Amino acid sequence: MRHGQVQALSALDLQIGQGERVAIIGPSGAGKSSLLHLMATAVPPSSGRLELLGEQPWALSAGARQRLRARVGLVHQAPPLPPRQRVVTAVLAGRLGQWGTLRGLLNLIHPGDIPGARAALAELGMADKLFAQCGQLSGGQLQRVGIARVLYQRPEVLLTDEPVSAMDPVLADHSLALLNRHAQAHGVTLVASLHAVELALAHFPRIVGIRAGQVAFDCPAQAVSEAMLGALYANEQLTSPVTATASLQVQIPRC
Amino acid sequence: MLSTDQRDPAALPRLLLTLLGLALLWPGLHLSELDPGVLLQAENRQQMAGFVSAFWPPAHDAGFLDLLLTATVQTLAVATAGMSLALLLAVPASLLASRALSLRAASSAGRLGPWSRAARLPVRGVLIFLRSVPEIVWALLFVRAVGLGPTAGVLAIAITYSGMLGKVYAEIFESVDQRPAHALLQAGSSRLSAFLYGTLPEAASEVVSYTVYRWECAVRASVVMGFVGAGGLGQQIDLSMRMFAGAEVASMLLTFLLLVVLADLLSRFLRGRLA
Repeated sequence: MRHGQVQALSALDLQIGQGERVAIIGPSGAGKSSLLHLMATAVPPSSGRLELLGEQPWALSAGARQRLRARVGLVHQAPPLPPRQRVVTAVLAGRLGQWGTLRGLLNLIHPGDIPGARAALAELGMADKLFAQCGQLSGGQLQRVGIARVLYQRPEVLLTDEPVSAMDPVLADHSLALLNRHAQAHGVTLVASLHAVELALAHFPRIVGIRAGQVAFDCPAQAVSEAMLGALYANEQLTSPVTATASLQVQIPRC
Repeated sequence: MLSTDQRDPAALPRLLLTLLGLALLWPGLHLSELDPGVLLQAENRQQMAGFVSAFWPPAHDAGFLDLLLTATVQTLAVATAGMSLALLLAVPASLLASRALSLRAASSAGRLGPWSRAARLPVRGVLIFLRSVPEIVWALLFVRAVGLGPTAGVLAIAITYSGMLGKVYAEIFESVDQRPAHALLQAGSSRLSAFLYGTLPEAASEVVSYTVYRWECAVRASVVMGFVGAGGLGQQIDLSMRMFAGAEVASMLLTFLLLVVLADLLSRFLRGRLA
């Protein structure tokens, strides 16, 4: 897969079964976001084959692909929400793929499912911000609105791209636990890219390490060793000896 | 060594562009025969002074004020009806002409394919055609077709302004952050929903402000079209000028000022509400 001149992913073979919960870890620029956007059908692969929910999205017609996309949810690292939009509208927008255009239009004039949006936000401790504007929220609060939107969407495949990078450790832990509980309760496939290795190991049964656009390792969380992590995060370009092992002791997710 | 580090690579092109602009401006002044000295010649000064001195006091007898009110309301009605008709065409055209509704752009970082770019060309062409003919020309044409009166003004404004509004709306839709709309399209939403939830919240205040400004322009345009027989304030100003009734002209210009101030206040108020 390419972004213009940049080869983001190459020779990557990955299968994720229904209901699996997978964390993707790896150094900055390894291709974690590219992989998630690829899985979310946000971008077509420049070569290779992508199968999602038993379909090949880029072989489908535009209409069928939109219906398939409505069954997949992606939480962005910095959720793209219009600053002037109210939180309630931003959360309810999660189901635009299931609603027709007319219902979407009516919902814009008067929010039709305020209890639903409140319930999704309440699980993340954000119920009091229901009628605030997105522009007034902090980065961590926006991330929680993004998660609430995807919970409200109820997708069959839930993809999250650094969903807790702007949250404090307690909130990050709570939000990941919530996503995992939601996935287990509804049989949802959950894939999350994470910078914080300890969070990935604590919450996800399967860990995929990505380095330079390729799978470095793919194994259960218990099988991940210090040596594997050291090799994954090794950085020849940094002169001072820092990173991987140091960050394992600090319990704060790096942004 | 230091001098190459401090040199701004954009400085030379900027200087050349400024010089080019000045070089183009100079022959323009000659071609337009601009000579402010004409205004200061004694004969011309007397003519203007005679016309302007009749302005004070502005006419304010009951019969004239009644006429003025009718003409003002007619002008406003022409501008508003013309704008409403223009919006009927401008909104769909702007959505078709911009990338705001493109599914393809959503999955290729905002770039359009050759086909979708080609499909937008005819819409842009229609918008260019609509606004390239000045409204006064349309008004002259319609005065012949539907007769003297405000109808010609309404149609002329509707045609010209749909072209302008459509073009500017399309550009506003493209200038706001596209990521919210793209994220919604990637979550399966329909194009129109993605536009309403992702693009419109950010574009709304610009769109409203431009629409009110265009309405103000439509008021002015309907006055100008009054001179060619399309009714309203313009027709009254034309009549008063022909009769050298400076006081009436002054009253009507004051009314005019009031309308523009009102439009400005309305625009500020709406922008404040949407900000």
